[in-house]
Amino acid sequence: MTIGLGHYLTVAACLFTLGMLGIFLNRKNVIVILMSIELMLLAVNINLVAFSYYLGDLVGQVFALFNLTVAAAEAAIGLAIVVVYFRNRGSIAVEDINMMKG
Amino acid sequence: MALTAGFFYLFATLSVASAVMVIMARNPVHAVLFLILAFFNAAGLFILLSAEFLAMLLIIVYVGAVAVLFLFVVMMLDVDFAELKAGFIKNAPIGLIVGGIVLAELVLLFVGRGFGVGVTQQLGAPIAALGKEASNTQQLGLVLYTKYVFFFEVAGLVLLVAMIGAIVLTLQHKANVRRQSIAAQVARTPATGMEIVKVPPGGAVIPVAAKSAPDEVRS
Repeated sequence: MTIGLGHYLTVAACLFTLGMLGIFLNRKNVIVILMSIELMLLAVNINLVAFSYYLGDLVGQVFALFNLTVAAAEAAIGLAIVVVYFRNRGSIAVEDINMMKG
Repeated sequence: MALTAGFFYLFATLSVASAVMVIMARNPVHAVLFLILAFFNAAGLFILLSAEFLAMLLIIVYVGAVAVLFLFVVMMLDVDFAELKAGFIKNAPIGLIVGGIVLAELVLLFVGRGFGVGVTQQLGAPIAALGKEASNTQQLGLVLYTKYVFFFEVAGLVLLVAMIGAIVLTLQHKANVRRQSIAAQVARTPATGMEIVKVPPGGAVIPVAAKSAPDEVRS
């Protein structure tokens, strides 16, 4: 039984869908939403590396590297915003974040 | 080959199962720990795809930095997570419907199409045969520091902006803490910094500041 490109893409699709489902299920908890976004980015990385391997092209791995960079920056900024928000409002519920609503 | 398949199914099953636990866990600390498990298994998948450098990077950057950052924030914020979990069941049906549709579409696309692997004419950076010429890390470096050096520097800039942004967001100035004011220190001159007092023999020294207006002494 050989493992082909489709196997890896299926795993990545499962992870991506689980990340999206996590955003739907945990509508109130910002931290779990951020973790779900990390899962989706991980799925994208698996896709990129799988295509890189099966096409014999290294650019996919280079792109996955930049993807990791952006994901790390996003997590840092997102968590900083969560900390500041908690400091100001004492809560991290998503539906309380409506101060900028017109 | 059978060993590779076995490891693939092990890593794939564990990563998907831990992803399920990430979004289902009641305690967010457990969710973060399952996220770490998912990252480890994804690193195993990367190793199966002979991307060793990215696998190690995933473990170092994600498990070492990002997941620990999540852990710190979850433990630092004193939030009633049970209350945040309240709308879980209410949102479940629409989430399951949308997720099922997306998963079905993606899997049908991937499995049904059978992506051809015959586009070797237009490769950007072809991978050399493994282990013969250079390791994965060396090949990646050869491409990254020559052809994609501009993007590499932009990635560094993104990290710099993220670092400054996180510091600026979370830094708080307390009102009653005396801080060092470097501008005021640099602006000091001998004229403002010291005063020469004539001491009469046997007499007491009366400071100039006590007699005259303060703005004459310290401009």
